[in-house]
Amino acid sequence: MTDPLHREPSVVATGVDLLADAVDAQAAPVTRVDWQPPMPGTDDDLATVAGDRRRPAANAEAVRRMLDVSAHLVDVVPAREALGLGAGDFLHAGPPITWERASGPMRGALMGACALEGLVDDPERAAPMLATGTQVSLDPCHHHGAVGPMAGVVSASMWMWVLEDPASGRRTYCSLNEGLGKVLRYGAYSPDVLDRLRWMSTTLGPLLQAAVRRAGPIDVTAILTQMLHMGDEAHNRNRSGTLMLLRDLGPALVDAGASGDVAEAIRFIGGNDHFFLNLAMPACKLALDAARDVEGSTMVVAMARNGTDFGIQVSGTGDRWFTGPAQVPEGLYLGDYGPDDANPDIGDSAITETAGLGGFSMAAAPAIVRFVGGTVPDALATTRRMYEITLAESPRWSVPTLEFRGAPTGIDVSLVCRTGIVPQINTGMAGRVAGVGQVGAGLVTPPAEIFPAALAELAASADRQPSASGARSS
Amino acid sequence: MNHVDVRRGAYADSVTLMQVSRSVATSHGVDGAMVAMATPLNLDLLAGMGFEPPDASPNDMVVAIRLGPDGELDEALSAVDAALAVARRTRAAGAVEAAPHRTTATALRDSDATLALVSVPGPYAFVEAMDALAASRDVMVFSDNMPLEQEIRLKSEAAERDLLVMGPDCGTAVVGGLGLGFANATRPGPVGVVAASGTGCQQLLCLLDSGGVGITAAFGVGGRDLSEPVGGVSTRQAMRRLDADPATELIVVVSKPPAATVATELVSYAGELSTPAEFVLLGAGEPDLTAGAERVLAALDRPTPAWPRWGERAASTRVGYLRGLYCGGTLCDEAMLIAGQAGETGQAGQAGQTGQAGQTGQAGQTGRQLGPVRSNIPLSPELALDGSLTAPAHLMIDFGDDALTAGRAHPMIDPTLRLERLAAEAADPDTAVLLLDVVLGHGAHPDPAADLAPEVAATTTRGVPVVIALVGTAADPQDLEGQATALADAGAEVFASNAEATRRAVALVGTGGLR
Repeated sequence: MTDPLHREPSVVATGVDLLADAVDAQAAPVTRVDWQPPMPGTDDDLATVAGDRRRPAANAEAVRRMLDVSAHLVDVVPAREALGLGAGDFLHAGPPITWERASGPMRGALMGACALEGLVDDPERAAPMLATGTQVSLDPCHHHGAVGPMAGVVSASMWMWVLEDPASGRRTYCSLNEGLGKVLRYGAYSPDVLDRLRWMSTTLGPLLQAAVRRAGPIDVTAILTQMLHMGDEAHNRNRSGTLMLLRDLGPALVDAGASGDVAEAIRFIGGNDHFFLNLAMPACKLALDAARDVEGSTMVVAMARNGTDFGIQVSGTGDRWFTGPAQVPEGLYLGDYGPDDANPDIGDSAITETAGLGGFSMAAAPAIVRFVGGTVPDALATTRRMYEITLAESPRWSVPTLEFRGAPTGIDVSLVCRTGIVPQINTGMAGRVAGVGQVGAGLVTPPAEIFPAALAELAASADRQPSASGARSS
Repeated sequence: MNHVDVRRGAYADSVTLMQVSRSVATSHGVDGAMVAMATPLNLDLLAGMGFEPPDASPNDMVVAIRLGPDGELDEALSAVDAALAVARRTRAAGAVEAAPHRTTATALRDSDATLALVSVPGPYAFVEAMDALAASRDVMVFSDNMPLEQEIRLKSEAAERDLLVMGPDCGTAVVGGLGLGFANATRPGPVGVVAASGTGCQQLLCLLDSGGVGITAAFGVGGRDLSEPVGGVSTRQAMRRLDADPATELIVVVSKPPAATVATELVSYAGELSTPAEFVLLGAGEPDLTAGAERVLAALDRPTPAWPRWGERAASTRVGYLRGLYCGGTLCDEAMLIAGQAGETGQAGQAGQTGQAGQTGQAGQTGRQLGPVRSNIPLSPELALDGSLTAPAHLMIDFGDDALTAGRAHPMIDPTLRLERLAAEAADPDTAVLLLDVVLGHGAHPDPAADLAPEVAATTTRGVPVVIALVGTAADPQDLEGQATALADAGAEVFASNAEATRRAVALVGTGGLR
């Protein structure tokens, strides 16, 4: 073993350059940290949290639990069966929201879902029912082990992917992806939207169920590993994942149903590059849910938006949401749409970033960067920046363009507050007005203030006890 | 012996894993090794090598090791981890140049650095320093103004992890031959220093260097380490480090006036170590730093040299007040102890003395003393100066004190404030003699004499003697002899020993009736 007193010293220098210069002048290796003051008002809380005796072990435990999870696709069942939803029970994306505060696309999706479940004939007539809460209930997907992209509205008749961690038996759920353009999750509810949903419930869902039961379980986490090596970041680009799923389910699908239905199902899946997103999301949630409720842990376990609020949940603060106003993404618009047409950020899909995919692994998906308005160097820089706010590098998701470095994973509230670097999210953009659908895609960040709010709560519950083996012993 | 383990969910590409396998296979005590993803092909290969193929999926990493007769499993598994880490890092280094890290934590994650050096503003230093401990690294905290409870928390964390916190407010350290903060270029040698005093440490190192004795390390521990609330945690940790080091023959603990209980505990702790220890704990009636250096030399059976001095002796004494203008807080303390009142000798801190009595330099034994010395860092509260920092009295100003460095660099780097004061004192008819320190070494001004010598010359030309304590080694970047000569040529009396300089300055204060 090297003698610590006499081995060649090398230094990480944080602070004044002069001291680093003096090390440099003695020809010793020195790494300079580009330190800047933390987010305003966080000084005391940062110190308190840094001194929380539980924190290092708690964060290590949260990371370990997250990384230990494998997400296996084990079944496809209707939401009424999977989640016990009744006809008027609706789940939605993001933190809790009321009809009064709901944005256009959220309202549109709920109205469409009311029609889908037969509560009204015409979606336009659902608003009073939703406003008064008669016969209907609203609850976040996240409170039911589920996640939903964009508006994320789930109703009883929708079929859900069922993912399971074989080690623990825990499960998460997500609806089937409808495709792009005018779809319910972007707030569209025209007859063709509802017709497609009905076909998904009557034909696609049962076919997939049969196929998964024959071919499964399918290791979704492992497919995600491959996706990052094939140009997907599993949030805004899911092309290779979708094709790998088709590859794995194809033979069983063919065996499962009438040939016309199977052809239609394969055509539908193959025509929707985002089909796999709805498997990536519950896989990420399954991993992150395992990291919940570790006392003292500063790791973010959920980031979600409901179109009005952006919320995060943190391992060490239980089920509490820390929310702020959702931002309007910056990016590219479809057709004639522009920034005025875009709704603020919406959807549970930021669970992918929370787990280290999406914007965090943007460097793995150079093909996506122009679609969201960036350059390849931007993508590399974005992923690198995310290492500054994360606790770990994924042992199985790696980024080829960064020499296969593990994806940055496990967002640390404390590091966000210290650096002022906020998580980078790749996202689709919904139209502001109910019924419009998707208007573009781009990049968005959370409202910065929710991280100091979470930090304050972590500081309030910090363990400040001096240790038994404190200053006077050795 | 065959060992096989499965790392569920770990992934690396096959080329990397082939390199890792080769590296492990050629490490000590290993006859064969394969680290690979558990694909059917690799499991077949594993079986072919005579291993029992484990129950694993292609998404798991399998580590298989065959140990030779003298192989140790722990050692081989560490070799696997090291090879995987090296592979990751090598690849990261080859990537496009990245933006710098933003925190100590993230920088240490990607670095082999042995030590973190934290000099952010005080309120933020704790968070960065805790990063270093969490990453199992020692940390030097140069920052001052860290709240006391944070210092205590930091040091208890370090003690639990068997790590060393140097500081806060640690100005000087030498680790593995590398000078950190303000540090003199020293030679390797038998002495290990633990210092709760930056310039005190520098004075000791420089005197030992001039006596031909080098060091194994100098661990600064921060000026409050030997206070009652902190309890000497870092001092003890540093002593333990030095005790474990075979090259350290003598441990020397240097401190500003310590809490008596802490000093007693540390002396008792020193008794449990296998390496002898000397304590140089400043205080009224205690040996000064130069006497401490002499005791260290004696303990090593080295002769005490005549401490270097340069320049002509001033012709005559002058009636008036002693005016000391210091950069180093401990040097200023020492000067006040020597020049100050005689009545307090031999009272405090006796517990600290274990060594032979090198009694040449006790504060009570100078030829004479001047009486009360007013200061911005007074020895007792009634001697404090008001904000004007002036008084018709003997004065010692520490320009390195926090209140005078707010918003500007330390006077060892930026001499402006002290030079202004020097000119003012020279013009004051009540000034009998000026006493200054000049501290050389890494981090300090590259040529302090260039600015100082003209002011010294102007002062001595007026008939006001200037005495300078020059703290430096021959190997320091500023050129010790050149600095000494320039200051001596300007008319100053220059001493390597601050204690000698102080006594000389005291002697130059005429006895013809102070006003």
